[in-house]
Amino acid sequence: MELITGAEIMVRCLKEEGVEYLFGYPGGAVLHIYDALYVQDDVKHILVRHEQAALHAADGYSRACGKPGVALVTSGPGLTNAVTGIANAYMDSVPLVVFSGQVPTALIGNDAFQEVDAIGITRPCVKHNFLVRDIKNLAETIKKAFFIATTGRPGPVLIDLPKDVTIAKAEYHYPKKVKLRSYNPTIKGHAGQIRKAVDMILSAKRPMIYTGGGVILSDGSPELVELTQLLGYPITNTLMGLGAYPATDKQFIGMLGMHGTYEANMAMHECDVLIAIGARFDDRVTGKIEKFCPTARIVHVDIDPSSISKNVQVDIPIVGSVPNVLRAMISVIRDEKLKPDADALGKWWRQIDEWRGIKSLSYRQSNEVIKPQFVIQKLYEVTQGQAIITSDVGQHQMWAAQYYHFDRPRQWINSGGLGTMGFGLPAAMGAKFAFPDQDVACVTGDGSIQMMLQELATMKQYNTPVKIVNLNNGYLGMVRQWQEFFYQKRYCMTYFESLPDFVMLAEAYGHVGKRIEKPGDVEGALREAFAMKDRTVFLDFITDQTENVFPMIPSGGGQNEMLLAERDEMVSTHDEGMVLL
Amino acid sequence: MNNNNRHLISILMENEAGALSRVANLFSARGYNIESLTVAPTDDPSLSRLTLVTSGNEQVIEQIVKQLNKLIDVVKLIDLSETDAIERELMLVKTKASGEQRAEMKRLADIFGGRILDVTDATYTIELTGDGNQLDNFLRAIEKDAILEVVRSGATGIARGQKALHV
Repeated sequence: MELITGAEIMVRCLKEEGVEYLFGYPGGAVLHIYDALYVQDDVKHILVRHEQAALHAADGYSRACGKPGVALVTSGPGLTNAVTGIANAYMDSVPLVVFSGQVPTALIGNDAFQEVDAIGITRPCVKHNFLVRDIKNLAETIKKAFFIATTGRPGPVLIDLPKDVTIAKAEYHYPKKVKLRSYNPTIKGHAGQIRKAVDMILSAKRPMIYTGGGVILSDGSPELVELTQLLGYPITNTLMGLGAYPATDKQFIGMLGMHGTYEANMAMHECDVLIAIGARFDDRVTGKIEKFCPTARIVHVDIDPSSISKNVQVDIPIVGSVPNVLRAMISVIRDEKLKPDADALGKWWRQIDEWRGIKSLSYRQSNEVIKPQFVIQKLYEVTQGQAIITSDVGQHQMWAAQYYHFDRPRQWINSGGLGTMGFGLPAAMGAKFAFPDQDVACVTGDGSIQMMLQELATMKQYNTPVKIVNLNNGYLGMVRQWQEFFYQKRYCMTYFESLPDFVMLAEAYGHVGKRIEKPGDVEGALREAFAMKDRTVFLDFITDQTENVFPMIPSGGGQNEMLLAERDEMVSTHDEGMVLL
Repeated sequence: MNNNNRHLISILMENEAGALSRVANLFSARGYNIESLTVAPTDDPSLSRLTLVTSGNEQVIEQIVKQLNKLIDVVKLIDLSETDAIERELMLVKTKASGEQRAEMKRLADIFGGRILDVTDATYTIELTGDGNQLDNFLRAIEKDAILEVVRSGATGIARGQKALHV
């Protein structure tokens, strides 16, 4: 009987789970784990420069390839720094297993050096967490953590490891399977509900398919494409759902929600049957709840029962995994040779095409100043729509979502739920680890990029060549836009009077930097950057300072109350909308 | 639909450190109201039984039940308000009991089926069991300024008939 330390047990478990990369940062409480990592090559540790980045990189890795992301941080500040990344993954349902060091069990509760109550701090933003007090439970706890993180509605799971547990010895036994009597997600949809849903879907005169991040997380894109094309219905994706249905297909009518297309939001508002799949009726999507889809009967497919009828009451709920439920729907339709109402559908498409004709994503091009939308359009062209795009949070995020047409799932990686500035750069690095041969670009802004800038050093150390597309307008653009619209242009604390020279900064970190100030230079700079396959290139695009994101549903508005760039120069909002975000 | 009805929810959960905090945290984080909460291990020491009283409209209660079920430590739960159930709460009341008051207090305790657990020359400590209303009624029946201390356990309950919440 061989006895090995807790740290060695942990590393062996990771190896058995097939973990390639462990993103982390050392410290006192995890020294034993780092010592166990030192003597092996199977699990590659990536040394980030800030714990938040470890989480975002693990998160980006997971979103890109579908495998769980794994991170390791030390106790105290290591853990508190990681909390934003954990919460970010929780809001977007990304499967992560996070190990945090903890002070020795005998000191827990004594306000020891670098002690925080990791379990208490993370409780509201993890799917589950464990404090391992006894080494005998360590391997099984790790198995449970991976099981919980990756099944059902995925999410981050934290394991808090007191230092003495990493030092203690035990026999190694990693269970092949784990069963939890209190956790058993429903995968297969209820056949009766599916049957009723199919009838409702086929009875539609003005149908609409609305899908979210759940389709991507469950790898349900092939089934979604098959069902959508079998029906011939219009489809819209949420910000989190982009790429689940090819954006260049004619049935795709754009993203919906606050900055969605006119046709997507109008079709939502006017539809008579709404088919919601792996989406959670988030407030960015619904606008004012009382005005949401006023004439629609709603089918909702989701693996999380608590997502159903949380914000919007639905008519036919189906709890189950997206691909499973959609396959069952497709079988019913094919077996019974069911057909949608072709006349009604034709009429509906004519209406949608009329809305499309408004061209809600048009903007005024300029020969003088670089329009941010133009940069994204060129990025799309230069990468032939094939790059993995990560983004930070703000105006640039919306422009990336609007103007880069994502044709495949896991190609678009952004912080949707929590809206975490700083996510984009470490996430791009994580995606690059998952797919070293693919082009990865991080679309960011001068505000967001400064929140995780230190990761340029990590990217140099591990040679993860990412193209950084910085839409630099000198402002916190999204906040500035709201101040312009709703606070009578009182631009409080949204202008950066001092910005670093990003070109020099990139060079200081050992990368290539380039500033682009003329519209005519945009495409050339992008081509040059992507030609440098093995270099991280920081492209600092000096863009129009006053450009706003359109279309827009102002707070408190309904989906049919969109503001369009050309039409609505002056914007006002409902008083009750002012309290909303 | 918009009536805020009182619900008695009984939960069987893993008897593990932190399980109670998860439940309590869920209520505070999501702004649900919690009137009382009581918890203890069951005959199976790996399980705890937690009973809580909350209120909300139908939609809120549905979310509460779903969110509770989503907690990994929650094994099973039942909304006892949706079924025929027995509800009980334990109350300990320390009252003044001197002079004329003494006989009257004893009489009221008897009427409400209470037991006097401790006696001093100036006080009684009375134990009462019943549903929340019965306990309220007792407190209303005795003189307000006679009450020195009230300790209530919070409601607990069990379904009538053959229905049983077990693993």
